[in-house]
Amino acid sequence: MANPKLWGLKKSPWVFHVAAASCNNCDIEILDLITPRWDIERFGIVLVGSPRHADALLVTGVLNRKNLPRVLRVYEQTPKPCLVIAIGTCTCHTHMFERSYNVVGPYNKYLPVDVYIPGCPPKPEAMILGIVKALKRL
Amino acid sequence: MDIVRILFSYIIFPGFIFSAIVGLFLTWIDRKVTARIHWRVGPPWFQPYADFLKLLLKETIIPEGSSKTLFLLGPLLGIISMSILAVMLFSMNFNPTSSFVGDIIVIVYLLALPPIGIIIGGSSSRNTLASVGASREMTQYFAYELPFLVSLVIIILKAGGSIKFGEIVLAQQIQGPFLYSISGVIAAVVILLCIQAKLSFVPFDSPEAEQEIMCGPYIEYSGVALAIFKLARAMMLFLLPLFLISLLWGGFADWWAIPKFLLIIVLIVLIKNTNPRLRIDQALKSFWIGLGILSIIGLVLAFYGL
Repeated sequence: MANPKLWGLKKSPWVFHVAAASCNNCDIEILDLITPRWDIERFGIVLVGSPRHADALLVTGVLNRKNLPRVLRVYEQTPKPCLVIAIGTCTCHTHMFERSYNVVGPYNKYLPVDVYIPGCPPKPEAMILGIVKALKRL
Repeated sequence: MDIVRILFSYIIFPGFIFSAIVGLFLTWIDRKVTARIHWRVGPPWFQPYADFLKLLLKETIIPEGSSKTLFLLGPLLGIISMSILAVMLFSMNFNPTSSFVGDIIVIVYLLALPPIGIIIGGSSSRNTLASVGASREMTQYFAYELPFLVSLVIIILKAGGSIKFGEIVLAQQIQGPFLYSISGVIAAVVILLCIQAKLSFVPFDSPEAEQEIMCGPYIEYSGVALAIFKLARAMMLFLLPLFLISLLWGGFADWWAIPKFLLIIVLIVLIKNTNPRLRIDQALKSFWIGLGILSIIGLVLAFYGL
């Protein structure tokens, strides 16, 4: 409670799901994450529909020439401070699409990524662990 | 000293700050009951306060090309009207014979202000989904206003033609709550569903359907402006059940008001969690035809004293 700004951000990170052309496995796992079985509302995490309401962006999929400007635009539309949580091995580095003709590189070349959650796809438990670790480190 | 007392009542108790704190707590009850219905644990008790604090300290973005004044005026209308409504409800219930003239017509206008704020905010934010949400909000406002007004006329008839709020509360203290009669039950059901629509809770939440138009009018709001919208919604969740209790269930000047109030809140949350969303044309039809006819039947019954 020392810093109210940080306390508020830690206790209620609202997430926006940026599906940047992934193969949908990570997206399905994110949908699992918000079902009652894992219940991330315990940590105050709510999935919101607009990047204007978001405090954290859950990015999935590999960046390519087509979706790079869109992802950057969503990041710019998000009010700061905001976290970027990279979900899946594709976002941490480029995974199996490394030599692909239209891939422009990993996310940390373009965005300040705060958490990397590797896995193809990562389990919901792994995502909860990653997010909670990131919130503890703030 | 009088001016200090008036300012105190509008800003601290029972006006802005008190109803905001209680209202945020009620949104926690809403979220917790929803979570228990989903068979999960749900957020901790301080969750709405943490959300509010976080939104206050975040960046507020005003979209390019939107009308700045109207965009920031939208959220304010809601909390201003709700603070005034809080003062009126409390003073009329705890001191019904006072000279403070608060009649039902003023309250109808005060309850019209939050939807107007939402419409102004949504249509000034230069976003397609926001303007769709604003137009749906407008349609829904016109839909629920008809049965709402007719059931207020039922209450006025039962109070002997008096539109003063204090006299309605006094009449219930003399002849028993209006709820314990057929027309009173009809008025209560209609007003309860109108409260559901005023709060944009689930059967009537098409103005801000999260899955199709992404929170509708609120889509471009961030930071303080969004926090004020959430606060106005929380204050409505506190004040509208109180309004229902004081009109139909004998006022809230005694301790019995607390279980009545919690019962109404849980009923609202249960309706919210057990119903699918109506399309806006279905909502309009159900309000104008279904509930409209029901409230007119109630009016006829009330006219014959049932």
